[in-house]
Amino acid sequence: MRLKCLILSGLAGMLFAAGQAATAWPDIQTATVATNSTADHTRFKALQGPFASGEAVTQTCLECHTEAAKQVMATRHWTWDYVNPVTGQHLGKKTMLNSFCIADRSNEAFCNACHVGYGWKDDQFDFSSEKNVDCLVCHNTGQYAKIPGLAGHPAYQRMEYPPHSGKFIEAVDLPKVARHIGKTSRATCGACHFYGGGGDGVKHGDLDSSLKNPDRQLDVHMGEDGGNFTCATCHQTEGHRIAGSRVAPTAADPHGAILRGEKAGHDPATCAACHKAGSYRIAGSRAASTAADSHDTLLSGEKISRNPATCQACHGDQPHQPGLGAGLMGTLALGDRLNAHTRTLACQTCHIPAFARGGVPTKMVWDWSTAGTLDANGKPFQKKDERGRVIFDSKKGDFRLGENVEPDYVWFNGKVDYTLKSDRIDPSHTVQINTFHGDAGDPDARIWPVKRFRGKQPYDLEYLTLLVPHTATPDDTALWFNFDWDKALAAGTAAAGQPYSGKYGFVETEMLWPITHMVAPGEQALGCAECHSRSGRLNDIQGVYLPSRDNNKWLDVAGWTLALLTLIGVLIHGGIRILTRKKGG
Amino acid sequence: MAVERIYVFKRFERFWHWAQATLIILMLITGFEVHGAYNLLGFEQAANYHSILAWALVGLWVFAIFWHFTTGEWKQYIPTTEKIVAMVRFYSTGIFKGAPHPFRPTVLRKHNPLQRLAYLGVLLLIGPLLWLTGWLYLFYGSWQAWGLSDYLSLEWVAFFHTAGAFMMLAFLIGHVYLTTTGHTPTAHIRAMITGWEEVD
Repeated sequence: MRLKCLILSGLAGMLFAAGQAATAWPDIQTATVATNSTADHTRFKALQGPFASGEAVTQTCLECHTEAAKQVMATRHWTWDYVNPVTGQHLGKKTMLNSFCIADRSNEAFCNACHVGYGWKDDQFDFSSEKNVDCLVCHNTGQYAKIPGLAGHPAYQRMEYPPHSGKFIEAVDLPKVARHIGKTSRATCGACHFYGGGGDGVKHGDLDSSLKNPDRQLDVHMGEDGGNFTCATCHQTEGHRIAGSRVAPTAADPHGAILRGEKAGHDPATCAACHKAGSYRIAGSRAASTAADSHDTLLSGEKISRNPATCQACHGDQPHQPGLGAGLMGTLALGDRLNAHTRTLACQTCHIPAFARGGVPTKMVWDWSTAGTLDANGKPFQKKDERGRVIFDSKKGDFRLGENVEPDYVWFNGKVDYTLKSDRIDPSHTVQINTFHGDAGDPDARIWPVKRFRGKQPYDLEYLTLLVPHTATPDDTALWFNFDWDKALAAGTAAAGQPYSGKYGFVETEMLWPITHMVAPGEQALGCAECHSRSGRLNDIQGVYLPSRDNNKWLDVAGWTLALLTLIGVLIHGGIRILTRKKGG
Repeated sequence: MAVERIYVFKRFERFWHWAQATLIILMLITGFEVHGAYNLLGFEQAANYHSILAWALVGLWVFAIFWHFTTGEWKQYIPTTEKIVAMVRFYSTGIFKGAPHPFRPTVLRKHNPLQRLAYLGVLLLIGPLLWLTGWLYLFYGSWQAWGLSDYLSLEWVAFFHTAGAFMMLAFLIGHVYLTTTGHTPTAHIRAMITGWEEVD
């Protein structure tokens, strides 16, 4: 009880701009969600309740969906753990550091509101208990939210949130939510993925709440007036295994299209379901044969060898309409010229001209070194920009926000290394929290758009490691309640099992985030000159000859000199002719 | 001195010449924009037109090669050393003194020895250099399928293509000037329009 009080009081003023913190529940969708399901869950007696907790709901789900929890527990949504097969690095949220809220250790009750389970508040969490799986967080159709601070639980009683704010969250109506379950949606996936890093749009730059009901200008696929895709339309899921991840991304997918269904009422069993979906056209016979291949791929879950979430999985790797001669005339037509670029560029590079385009800013810089600064009265405070957006908070330090941000571009082959809390760093240089590998000669590498996130975060002056602070759950040591780095780092590193000398400083860090959502309509794709110019977007990209950006300076000097001397020569020659003719005349 | 007129440039030859001149000048303009020398049409349109002009030139050349071989006109470009010293002397001194042109064109030998050499250079050096590299440039997207990716780099293809373009530009400047060196400044140009060359 005491712990609960602490948690509740600690929630005051939390900068969790998420929809979770809203006082009103989002609307539940009307009874039979258009899923064509053979089961109408509103009529299930077992779902009439009452349910004491989320776990009780899960146990009821599992009576019919016997394998569901096992499936979920095999995924990273549950384990927060991933071993990079190439480097052997232990990745996943359980282990990784970032330069936003840094790490979940010691902050589990808060951060792990986004774990697909109930009750992960410390290292005692039981990962083997099926009832701990939270079915509702992904399958609700509204009126359900996990509250940061409650270790993955929704509010079972009406509660003031944030405390002392005068705003209240109604208690969740578990039977009602359970009876209205449905497929995952932009809203359910987004409830976590839009709010990573501590608020709306903070982390990714290409994922924020504007994608909940986007128009096609923002995202041509997810737009309600476009494809109206859900996340799972691309991140096609088999047995709860969700395709596509930034931890193990697919940087290049040089193959034709594979078949999938489409949401907009087409029969997903036909080729046209995919091939009519956009304005692009794929040559008949090749597309048909590729699609035939994919029956195997997609119908038998075990055989999935390609990531169905890539652009190429639908569009193929030659997505632009070929021109006259269909390749026999080289790159005569624009479509052929663009198709020739697919060996060098990720689709996203041209088709996502900017991120954070939906009106929600993303954090571009986060300087933790000023966190803990209090006002003249010793009270925490915030600073806001002219638009009322927080740019300093005593809890978190200084931020810089960005909207409509032009991405940076890097060669990327899908292999990423992370600086872990056990790795020694060199504080005299900017520390790369992650490193994207790949270069121009690498057949798996493409030029990718990225968000380059810069930070300043604590490290150990003696051990030269990045440090895990205790920040978010209210107690005597958490930074956000005591504003004392010494205590926060001592507690955080202890919880993370990390050696700590007691001496800390702040080091500049950089972290890359691949940009892959917010794909703009085709007509807004980058024009050639955005890169093909002396000072274009790809100015820093090495290893590729970019006409108009690149030239051989010696050749240019020699060539123009030759032309100029020829011109001077003929002018002199002609001048003498004119002079001598006059003389002769 | 009586002026004699001979019919040196046949209708197709004149069409070929002017069409090729137009295409080459437009290709120089668009090509140097693709190269990044200036901003006129914008990169996209410059590259677009450059590719279209390239194929137009290919088409023209198919006809031109056919014409040269069927008419035997290709022999006009066989180099000769005859009178070459006289030609050089004429251009470097004689022309200023009003000396007579040492070469008298005929229907069978319409180019003077320096012209032969210059045009042969264009046909055998500048042309092929531009053709070969331009072709590779145009089919950049097929390099991988053709197994060329390991042997070619766009940087060097572009280097030689640009080198060829500079040589073509220098040739063009010299060529345009030398058209004024007939017995009147416009005689050669008129001949290339009407086909009739006035000979002293």
